[in-house]
Amino acid sequence: MTDVVEREAKRWVGGGLVRKEDPKLITGQGRYTDDIALPGMLWLAFARSPVAHATIASIETSAAKEMPGVVAVYTGEEIASEWAAAMPCAWPVTSRTYPGEPTEDARVPDHWPVARDRVRYMGEIVAVVVADSREHATDAAEAVDVDYDDLPVVNDIEEALAEGAHVIHEQFGTNEMYTWDLRNGDVDRVFAEAPVVVKERYFHPRLIANAIEPRSVVVQPVPAQGEFTVWSATQIPHFLRVFFTLILGIPETKVRVIAPEVGGGFGSKLEVYAEEFTAVALARKLGQPIKWTESRSEGYLSTVQGRGVIQDMEVAATEEGKLLGVRVKLQADMGAYASLVGPGIPILGAFHYHGVYDCEAYSFSCTSVYTNRTPTDAYRGAGRPEATYATERIMDALARRVGKDPAEVRAMNFIPPFDQPRVTAGTLEYDSGNYRAALDKAKELVGYDALRREQQANDGRRDGKLLGVGISSYMEVCGWAPSQVLGTLHYAGGGWERASVRCNPTGKVTVISGTSPHGQGHDTTFAQIVADALGVTPDDVEVLHGDTSVATWGLDSYGSRSLSVGGVTIQKAAERVREKARVLAAHELEVAEDDLEWTDGKFQVKGAPDRAKTVPELAFSSWAAHSLPEGVDPILEGSAAFDPPNWTFPSGTHICVVEVDPETGSTRIKQYVAVDDCGTIINPLIVDGQVMGGVAQGIAEALYEEALYDENGTLLTGNMSTYRIPSAAELPGYTLDKTVTPSSTNPMGVKGIGETGTIAAPPAVMNAVADALRFVGVEFIDKPASAEKVWRVVQEAQGQAPPERAPEGGGTGAASMTPEEEGGVA
Amino acid sequence: MRRIALTVNGVRREAEVEPRLLLVYFLRENLGLTGTNVGCDTSSCGACTVMMDGQSVKACTVLAVQADGSEVTTVEGLASNGQLHPLQEAFRKNHGLQCGFCTPGMIMAGVGLIESGAGMSEEEVRLGLEGNLCRCTGYQNIVKAIQEAAGEMRQAAPAAQPAAVQGGSE
Repeated sequence: MTDVVEREAKRWVGGGLVRKEDPKLITGQGRYTDDIALPGMLWLAFARSPVAHATIASIETSAAKEMPGVVAVYTGEEIASEWAAAMPCAWPVTSRTYPGEPTEDARVPDHWPVARDRVRYMGEIVAVVVADSREHATDAAEAVDVDYDDLPVVNDIEEALAEGAHVIHEQFGTNEMYTWDLRNGDVDRVFAEAPVVVKERYFHPRLIANAIEPRSVVVQPVPAQGEFTVWSATQIPHFLRVFFTLILGIPETKVRVIAPEVGGGFGSKLEVYAEEFTAVALARKLGQPIKWTESRSEGYLSTVQGRGVIQDMEVAATEEGKLLGVRVKLQADMGAYASLVGPGIPILGAFHYHGVYDCEAYSFSCTSVYTNRTPTDAYRGAGRPEATYATERIMDALARRVGKDPAEVRAMNFIPPFDQPRVTAGTLEYDSGNYRAALDKAKELVGYDALRREQQANDGRRDGKLLGVGISSYMEVCGWAPSQVLGTLHYAGGGWERASVRCNPTGKVTVISGTSPHGQGHDTTFAQIVADALGVTPDDVEVLHGDTSVATWGLDSYGSRSLSVGGVTIQKAAERVREKARVLAAHELEVAEDDLEWTDGKFQVKGAPDRAKTVPELAFSSWAAHSLPEGVDPILEGSAAFDPPNWTFPSGTHICVVEVDPETGSTRIKQYVAVDDCGTIINPLIVDGQVMGGVAQGIAEALYEEALYDENGTLLTGNMSTYRIPSAAELPGYTLDKTVTPSSTNPMGVKGIGETGTIAAPPAVMNAVADALRFVGVEFIDKPASAEKVWRVVQEAQGQAPPERAPEGGGTGAASMTPEEEGGVA
Repeated sequence: MRRIALTVNGVRREAEVEPRLLLVYFLRENLGLTGTNVGCDTSSCGACTVMMDGQSVKACTVLAVQADGSEVTTVEGLASNGQLHPLQEAFRKNHGLQCGFCTPGMIMAGVGLIESGAGMSEEEVRLGLEGNLCRCTGYQNIVKAIQEAAGEMRQAAPAAQPAAVQGGSE
């Protein structure tokens, strides 16, 4: 609209501003869902199945009803009339469930909040108790007496697909939910003709997200109005509201969902849960406020788990190690039911098993199955850690096969630097990338060449330990959007965002964000963006989110979309405010709009810097509205929606250096270098925090974590002391650096950073462990590289048969670790 | 029911409690001090850490009746005269928190560690924090914050005996 060149002073964007949200959180004033107590509030507790697969022969609730403080007890049959529909699967992949009627081929079984006649995983809800206190509710839930007739348990993927397997959902006649394929190029020919083919099988154990805040829900009904306010520890307040309507039949206009402070999510709160539906249903039935907070051990059974994937990964290459083709076959464990987006999680990685390297021919296939396990869904990275693990581990295998250094094989295969969209073998259009720059920087920071020389000189030994170096050159696809593409993948929702920016009369700015945080620092990052756009300070900006009656529109936070979709939308809304401010400024200064320039955060008349208007000044005059230009409304505000044309593709190289003790099997991380490229950086402090936290979770996945079940489908790692997430004592310090290749997907050039660490780290760590173990003749090791597993493979490689694992076992390596044994302090 | 009397954040509190009531629920539900969080049921995560008679304790492993007669400080009682505690400041400055749920416990554990006179090398702080879990930060900034605040606090109160406890080692 103007040919004036704006001199954009970026005063706040790019700076490491300390977070606006911290003061309340460091003083105990943050309000999480479990902190909410309402007058007359009743508590829920759930009776859960102790067995993995059984028909419910009978349920006796009379003893529970007699317990002190008990208001009511309901079985699945008794509460059945509350549901307008079964719980949702919004992404069945090969079929469609929403919008409209489901397609006929959808193998999505009815999943009721409270089981009616059969339980299909340990922890499935069989009855619900309402009582006047947490303790009374819990006591009474234990008094619910259920007779189960056991059914055969389908324990894992291969059992589920085996000939004659017991079928968990009889109506489908099979445990297979779907098979989905993607092919590009003449894969069979490439593999048949290639001089080198490398094949490995990887297994991704089930993981438990362990957001430190357990799930919780509080419901305040207003019975006379049929209205409900629901606070929930959720990543997706907007989706939750939609599903309260679809599952409970309550009009959207009568439900307000609030996600207050949310204590971490990592995908586990990207779900709509039985407990949430039950809490609202009983608040409606009883007309009283209801609360439920999960205990951690209860969450281990009932909160969705992540991963649970087998990969058969193959690459075809030249003798020199140049990649020609990628062929991968997945089998994925859905658990007992199709969760909200769980079936789609393997597909998130489907398009990039060739990673940062291109090739001529590509094929991907995934078969997803039902098992008698807790349902799986997103866990930080969701599909992409699995893909990156396979790509980066097989690149090391390829390097070994062709006798080259893993860094060299990567460098010769990288897609060359590009800053405009580039279509790759997996059919995605990568936005931009410079993979070599990150590898070179990471090698320099870690002292790569010296490490390799040290290994060679000492036959891989350092102080009696085995020295290993592992590289992971990753990319990922994130910034969950665009809506049209999601539709073609049978995903029920869209990928847009919506935001508003309002200038209050005295110049303070309110931002309404459709994405809401659970630790990512939206308040600060978004305030920095708006402060620069409007010439105010971040202290002048308040960001509102996570309340459907405040932020009416939004598609919430997951898939590293908050900045690259939500933040860009806020920037667009702020620009609309500034365009209106320009019109007002021209009017008040009595000049043409083209005579104004935006300099130092205000509109000034060109050549007359003393004649200027700030946005706060214009906010007041537009509110008073005494003299507005013809056709201009009062109030300085603007809204925008944004549906990006593409995803964003952050990338980088992580290098991990380990020392493995061949005597005890313990691994210590001695150095961890992460060089990441998330395009334009708004707040480096927050970006680094996201990387470090993600890497910590990735290291945990590589070395420690694994949900273990016995053959009866009983979770053996059923609490936080047997599924041990690492503490500061086990984890190393990190060396971080960046390269910056702006995204071509959005005008800010930003890419997601929230999941990169968890995507990059597992193969970096496992390649390092495998690199160390090659010096004692170990051919292969998969994650988690627990001390016990490492010790066993070393024993086997040295021709010693290790003793059988104790049958009651149940520990991951982490369960028995002590900081002295496993400490990773570099 | 048992009658207990204790001092919480400098205020004397009396109550009738069930013998099985955990200190953390007494603080949260009886006194409304919801800054202290519950993150697990196995005394693993440390989100509920408070100071009791000068030592950091997990309030989920202490019964309210065991706290009878003691002095308890929660995260709400850490700032004084409107001034944040140096460790609260250091957590903010070093981005030592993300979702904030483990933070009150982590800060109280850090205060306990610093006041115990433990060594403050990176390794000592990491071992000293072994009982507190954070899922967001990867710990590096938490360790930095504690080291930084320890420097400040010990400069302000040089009486602390740095060698009294060697953090974490057996």
